[in-house]
Amino acid sequence: MKLKNDKLIISNKKFNSRLIVGTGKYKNLLECAKAVKFSGADIVTVAVRRVNIINKKKPLLMDFIDPKKITYLPNTAGCFNSEEALRTLRLAREIGGWKLVKLEVLGDKKNLFPEMIETLKSTEILAKEGFKVMVYCNDDPLMAKRLENNGASAIMPLAAPIGSGLGIQNKVNIKIIRDQTKLPVIIDAGLGQASDATIAMELGCDGVLVNTAIAKAKKPLDMAIAFKNAVIAGRQSYLSGRIDKSLMGFPSSPKEGII
Amino acid sequence: MKKIKKIKIKVNGNFKSVEFNTTLLKLTKNLKIPVKKVAIELNQEIVDKKLLNKIKLKKNDKIEIVHFIGGG
Repeated sequence: MKLKNDKLIISNKKFNSRLIVGTGKYKNLLECAKAVKFSGADIVTVAVRRVNIINKKKPLLMDFIDPKKITYLPNTAGCFNSEEALRTLRLAREIGGWKLVKLEVLGDKKNLFPEMIETLKSTEILAKEGFKVMVYCNDDPLMAKRLENNGASAIMPLAAPIGSGLGIQNKVNIKIIRDQTKLPVIIDAGLGQASDATIAMELGCDGVLVNTAIAKAKKPLDMAIAFKNAVIAGRQSYLSGRIDKSLMGFPSSPKEGII
Repeated sequence: MKKIKKIKIKVNGNFKSVEFNTTLLKLTKNLKIPVKKVAIELNQEIVDKKLLNKIKLKKNDKIEIVHFIGGG
């Protein structure tokens, strides 16, 4: 398959880029908007928060990143139970008809691991309400399967704790999750450098979601480009079909004609 | 001169005093809220933005106005 025709498909919607980027933690909104542009991402995650009614001149994200050109993926960051998450996403939908959402119900304030029981419950309710739910989850194949059964639109297992930069900790589980589902699998959270994204793509994942690794890099804009290229490289490598692994060596040059 | 009756409401966690019978639309205008870019909750119920001019505020109403900000 030509890479040009290779699209990320989520709930029948096609996206050119397999890199989704977060819009948090940047120095300012201008830097964020530039990083999004350089990353080539078609989808950005956004948080739902109170409008600052005291300082009305505070710049708005929508003035920097046009939601008509880039798909906003509202998240439920900071929600620790189903009620909070549902309330947040219902509000997000109200802002402008968003149905594609990222569900993230956290269970522990220190490691930010997902609270999977609340996540499963929320997924089912949201799917019934017509949301297309991309779900942040553990790298647990059994939970991933349950999410699929509960109506998730994409499975988004963590590579490592959010913001940790540790890269994929359990490649085997990620591979199992990828191979058992028809849904897109997007690695969400824990990547630290561009090569981590390549590894995810080479495992067959459909995309990666990156925020901290770009926003907190010493040069965020350059790192945005690095991630863009890393995702393309990983996808192309995956589609090209790697060689078998061997414990022994095989010469690359022919044995015949040796002087 | 007739004194204008005022009521206390809460907007995004802050107490605010508004004229009795103020509509939600008037409140958003006073606060310079770009209505198209926000969602509004009145006492934990989402408000249909088309009905803002029909909803009159009552004492102790709790209003939440949210929008999108940077997030991961």
